[in-house]
Amino acid sequence: MDANQTDAAISVRNISKHFGDFRALNNVSLNVRAGERVVICGPSGSGKSTLIRCINRLEKHESGTIHVDGLVLDDSRRSRDAIRAKVGMVFQQFNLFPHLTVLENLTLGPLRARGKSPEEARELAMRYLTRVRIPEQAEKFPRQLSGGQQQRVAIARSLCMEPQIMLFDEPTSALDPEMINEVLEVMTELARSGMTMVCVTHEMGFAKGVADTMVFMDHGEIVETAPPATFFTTPATERCRDFLRKILRH
Amino acid sequence: MKHAFLFAALAFLLGGCSGDWGWYVVDPRTTTGITNLKFLLGGLWYTILLSVTAISISVVVGLLVALPGLSQYRVLRAFNRVYVEVVRSVPILVLILWVYYGLPPVTGITIGIFWSGVIALALSDSAFQAEIFRAGIQSIDKGQYEASHSISLGYADTMRFVILPQAIRRILPALGNQLVYMLKMSSLVSVIGMQELTRRANELVVSEYRPLEIYTVLVLEYLVLILIVSALVRRLENRMKADDQR
Ligand SMILES: Nc1ncnc2c1ncn2[C@@H]1O[C@H](COP(=O)(O)OP(=O)(O)OP(=O)(O)O)[C@@H](O)[C@H]1O
Ligand SMILES: [Mg+2]
Repeated sequence: MDANQTDAAISVRNISKHFGDFRALNNVSLNVRAGERVVICGPSGSGKSTLIRCINRLEKHESGTIHVDGLVLDDSRRSRDAIRAKVGMVFQQFNLFPHLTVLENLTLGPLRARGKSPEEARELAMRYLTRVRIPEQAEKFPRQLSGGQQQRVAIARSLCMEPQIMLFDEPTSALDPEMINEVLEVMTELARSGMTMVCVTHEMGFAKGVADTMVFMDHGEIVETAPPATFFTTPATERCRDFLRKILRH
Repeated sequence: MKHAFLFAALAFLLGGCSGDWGWYVVDPRTTTGITNLKFLLGGLWYTILLSVTAISISVVVGLLVALPGLSQYRVLRAFNRVYVEVVRSVPILVLILWVYYGLPPVTGITIGIFWSGVIALALSDSAFQAEIFRAGIQSIDKGQYEASHSISLGYADTMRFVILPQAIRRILPALGNQLVYMLKMSSLVSVIGMQELTRRANELVVSEYRPLEIYTVLVLEYLVLILIVSALVRRLENRMKADDQR
């Protein structure tokens, strides 16, 4: 194992993934340092979700290697569980548990997977609910909240597991425009606190303000990796220029 | 409303029958009538006990058979298919006879009438329960599993705290149907001598020679029992729905 794999928070090396005959990821490599904020963008179907879902084993990569915090991600349950313990994930559709209250959504993981006492779990939950600015919603059910509030609960639920790395898969794409900002604010604040983050998003304002590294994907490949300053001003490839022109027009 | 209709029907039968009908066998104003009615109604307890015990077992077995049916492993799915197809193909009556007369010579253990009935009813129902659970669990969004995995919940915790509570709400109407079905099917256990509603009616008919009246009472017994159970199930469903809309 070389230095670059052990130091990195996430090290993805030459991974590929097929769905049937369709090649969703083709020889993709990505390094994320501890504390780094990476924003991934690219056209629909380019493999963005597939890539970050491979990192916490919601999808299984076929070839290549993935290391998270120095641990290799292989077929063993031990490796998968150890890595999931370090990685939190926020989904486009929130995926809150509809039959549980907000508080129960947040305490379930700490209680069952971390062996916390009910008091500890509750305290943890209230701390993160306060951090996403909705402590007053603790006793409500998810469907009683707005989309923006639900997504903030989902972020708090992930944070309650005290992860070292957070993955975001288009966290604002399912939201009404007026609710996007409240979620982006919470994410920006999380970035300031030093969390290692990999965000798939097309919110370019957020990307410019927060990202250390921009990644552009197309057809299952990483086409371009650059700091935002160069990425937005002088994209190296025609494909990336095209894409940026299209989404920045809005 | 329903009850008014029932009593009207009963009154019609009682009234239009003076000659050929012999309601005296179940006339509560006579001692024989009272004794007979008590005998008939005494079967109610066994019908309920038999059905409730059987369905409690079949729900658990059904769930245990449904889970392998959702596995990614082909062998486990095959087990589920074979179990469901085989058990579902055997008529309940045949299963009752087979368990009561067939199992003791095979296993060397004699099983009483009650438990033979319970085993046969539970076994038969478990195949349907397995299908109900499988459909219910499959109806839960994939995102619920992914969220559970992302917060490090294992298979057992994911099922117990996330998937099953949601699945059970969705299959509650189907489970209610199965209970009603079970109450009716328990009448078949009369063939091996279980003293439930149907058996008692049969026995009384043999001694009193009044099949029409006695079986009419039997029909009414099942009707009232099942209307009550249906109402209870519906009330439970509504309560859950109200919970959901809080
Ligand atoms: N479970 C699956 N089965 C079959 N094909 C899949 C599956 N998941 C993804 N794909 C396909 O793989 C390709 C890449 O999907 P992916 O979800 O990673 O794209 P994406 O970049 O996240 O796109 P979007 O912006 O639409 O979310 C798509 O063409 C998609 O149809
Ligand atoms: Mg996607």
